Amino acid sequence: MAHLNLATQVVQMLAGALLLISFAMLAERRSRRLLILLVWQGAVLVASTLLVASTAHLPHLFYSAALTFVLKVCVLPWILFRLMRKLGIERDNEPLVNVPTLMLVGLGLVIFAFGLAQPVSALATTVLRNTLGIALAVILLSFLMILARRKAFTQVIGFLSLENGLFFAATSTTYGMPMVVELGMALDLLVAVFIFGIFFFHIREQFDSLDLDQLESLKED
Amino acid sequence: MEILLVLGCPLLGAMLLAVVGAKRYAAEVSVAISLATLLAATALVLRIIHGGSMTALHEEFFIDPFNVFLVALTALVGFTTSVFSRPYMRIEAEHGRLTAARLRLYHSMYQLFMAAMLLALTTNNMGFLWVSMEMATLSTVLLVSLYRTRASVEAAWKYFILCGVGIALALFGTALLYAAAENVLGGEGMNALLWTHLNAVKGQLEPRVMGLAFVFLLVGYGTKVGLAPLHNWLPDAHAEGPTPVSAVLSGLLLNVALYAVIRCKILADGALHSTLPGHMLMGFGLLSTVLASFFLWRQRDIKRLFAYSSIEHMGIITFAFGMGGPIANFAALLHMTMHSLTKSAIFFAAGHATQLSGTQRMDKIRGLLAIHPSVGWGLMLGGLAILGMPPFGVFTSEYLVLITAMRDHPWATPILLVALAVAFAAIFSRLQPMVFGDTDDRPLPHSPALVPVFIHLGIVLMMGVYIPPALAEWYRLAARLIAG
Amino acid sequence: MSATAYAWQVGECLLAIALAPLFAGWVGQCRAWLQNRSAPPLWQPYRVLRKLFHKDVALATHASWLFRSAPYVVFATMVVAAAIIPSVTTDLPLARVADAIALVGVFATGRVFMSLAAMDVGTAFGSMGARREMMIGFLTEPALLMVLFSAFMAFGSTALPRVVEVVLRQPHIMLHPSLFFAAVAFVMVLLAENARLPVDNPTTHLELTMIHESMTLEYSGRHLALIEWAAWLKLFNYACIGFTLFMPWGIALHGAGPGLLALAIGALIAKLVVAGAALALLESITAKLRLFRAPEFLTMAFLLAVLGLLVHLLLEV
Repeated sequence: MAHLNLATQVVQMLAGALLLISFAMLAERRSRRLLILLVWQGAVLVASTLLVASTAHLPHLFYSAALTFVLKVCVLPWILFRLMRKLGIERDNEPLVNVPTLMLVGLGLVIFAFGLAQPVSALATTVLRNTLGIALAVILLSFLMILARRKAFTQVIGFLSLENGLFFAATSTTYGMPMVVELGMALDLLVAVFIFGIFFFHIREQFDSLDLDQLESLKED
Repeated sequence: MEILLVLGCPLLGAMLLAVVGAKRYAAEVSVAISLATLLAATALVLRIIHGGSMTALHEEFFIDPFNVFLVALTALVGFTTSVFSRPYMRIEAEHGRLTAARLRLYHSMYQLFMAAMLLALTTNNMGFLWVSMEMATLSTVLLVSLYRTRASVEAAWKYFILCGVGIALALFGTALLYAAAENVLGGEGMNALLWTHLNAVKGQLEPRVMGLAFVFLLVGYGTKVGLAPLHNWLPDAHAEGPTPVSAVLSGLLLNVALYAVIRCKILADGALHSTLPGHMLMGFGLLSTVLASFFLWRQRDIKRLFAYSSIEHMGIITFAFGMGGPIANFAALLHMTMHSLTKSAIFFAAGHATQLSGTQRMDKIRGLLAIHPSVGWGLMLGGLAILGMPPFGVFTSEYLVLITAMRDHPWATPILLVALAVAFAAIFSRLQPMVFGDTDDRPLPHSPALVPVFIHLGIVLMMGVYIPPALAEWYRLAARLIAG
Repeated sequence: MSATAYAWQVGECLLAIALAPLFAGWVGQCRAWLQNRSAPPLWQPYRVLRKLFHKDVALATHASWLFRSAPYVVFATMVVAAAIIPSVTTDLPLARVADAIALVGVFATGRVFMSLAAMDVGTAFGSMGARREMMIGFLTEPALLMVLFSAFMAFGSTALPRVVEVVLRQPHIMLHPSLFFAAVAFVMVLLAENARLPVDNPTTHLELTMIHESMTLEYSGRHLALIEWAAWLKLFNYACIGFTLFMPWGIALHGAGPGLLALAIGALIAKLVVAGAALALLESITAKLRLFRAPEFLTMAFLLAVLGLLVHLLLEV
């Protein structure tokens, strides 16, 4: 192992940073800081894709990295920041229940993800294959985040973090999906965020708050 | 060529309706577009019947007996639903529940939804399958919250988050599938995701990765099928959305999602050489059926009742696909068709019933036969059909499923029978007081469009008594394809 | 086991004892600069020590031997720790007796004695401080152990001098994500154990917010001097552990001459300057955590350390 070249080591460092950011997002209470963490996640993703593209000499990954940069570092965060300002939730602080337990569950998920990724890593031929475990861990941590959140806006950030993890998983097993499919995915994501934005206004209109506790009235009666 | 028409009509229609959707004639335009789609689909069907399976446009599209009948079904139900939605939405607008702007959103999203589903059915590329499933979810989300009430916003949010998460899981499964495919199909790039290519080499795909991929794909797309325990979005979305949306969700989207699962199952079966995929489908199917039947008892809202009935029937279909083999697959395909037609018919009738009485609660709906006999009969016959009474087609398919289960998996038969019996009792006991009796409600301002209901029920009745040999052969071909 | 080795061992201990107050003074000066006020001179801690040694000790009447001996025990444990940690050289005979896990035990001994002594006199603030200190300690120990484990899995040994030797012989081993996680976790543990912001404000005078300070409220004279010196030595030791694990360049290996030794001392001072400034910066930009949030902070540290371990197993094996 000690003979990996510099680029691969840097990519592994970036993967580690990705995992670190996901954990930080799990425990973060403030909406604004959460969004900034999401932007950092996107930036780390772009950096690692660029590095892989240059070491493995794959031109389509350059386009993929450019697409990710435009979408996940520029456009989506801009939309979300504007949404935050319009909804007036910039200084939002949500009551997270029992952060230490959440962290311990997250740790369990990471162990599970690392174990699950072993057979696939053995199969893949990319330079990054060991990082599939980290990608899966990011995915599972995002799930946990969606479950644990009590405000609609932060749930959406969890959802976007999930998409980031998926992108990283695709890059680490197969150097990304075919370009057309990735374009389709990017389009879907953009539309989804638009619809989320529209949704927030509907929710606020009806419930006067973006607290998800209000959205639990539909039960079996 | 026909494929382009089949996809192009609803797409162009969506764009057209985005412009003119607020006008008075918007509903007629929508009907016309759906009719055009239906005609294109019929042309496609005829082509396949004469020519066999085909691929088109550099193998990006693939039509075989399995998906062509689903394409036809989708186009048909899409057409009849648009016919139904014309008077229904007009009445809704007069009751003040919808504005012209919202109707514009409704019409354009409806056609976009049809386009997405037809794309999902006809594409050969697993990646595009995913993209179109996501598109289908996105286009219906805003439709579920169309009424902008507290309950509908909540239902739409739940739908969005649950199905979004499910679709994300399916994406991971697709990525794993691509990983397994790339290993075998090498540097084909884009073509490694084509189903026809994957089907040809499915024996060589790495079993552990395929197994993992199938699990993710099953859980992901299974969320959209409404398999328990991931079904939580279904009752709310059906109950709170407008009735035409409930009809297409139940009748079409669940089918398309299950189609996606089965395509993946065919690959997984070939790769794993074991019965694991089948057993998983059986497990989820049985769980959904049992859970839904017992939940049926507690329902007070008519649309929620039939939503749970959808979960139950999709459970039976999934169970049948899980069992595998020619008869079970045939039964499952037949049941998909029958359920789709019957459930949409029921929703049409139930929609008008709720408009009549002004509420969705079943204990407030009374005496339908007295005011609008067509609504009453529609609901009655539809209810009987979905409960599996002979001579309706649902009975045939359920019977086939049961005898296959008795032969191959006898332990499941009592569970299925109990679930079916419970569901029968629950629905029938609610149906009776709604249809018979007296009421003071006034008739609807416009005559309800119940021709679609009776067309659907007529088809179901005919299929119960006599399946035209061409159709039967078709189903048999598809069943054989699925069995691999 | 030559005489020079013993000489260096003793010399390193003396160096640690001498430099620790200077380090504390440097951190204080950086904080003052960041807070835009003029700082006391760098050697102010030495003046404090001199003042305290000249003063009389005021003891409570029912203070037991525990109270009177705790300062000496705590100071001794810190000196022993300084003897084990290779700050300028790896040629330490004493280090062969105790590895990093024993080091954690040594720190624990100091903490236990401190807490017991604080409870000994029976004041309210003493007991409160003791309980809080034990809570923090209970959470930091697993984190510290995990940090050490993940670092050791990368380097293959639990003896700190061996770690330094392994790293200095193979420089490219440093760029590991697991070490990155371990480093972040270690910094968090350092802040918690040494009573730094955001866990505890070392310059607070509000007793209800104190954790470490409240345990020293009853001490005076030479006892207080020893305790203060021990606290500065603890910070110095933690900084040196950090340097050993993550930035060991400059440490003289076995058999190095006096020139390399001088270079090592210079490297150490340079690292301390940077570390002190970084510590002051960290303290200035964070706010103090409410006490019940401290477990969250420390759980995060523990989890990061475990993550480092897992990432090592995933990526680097």
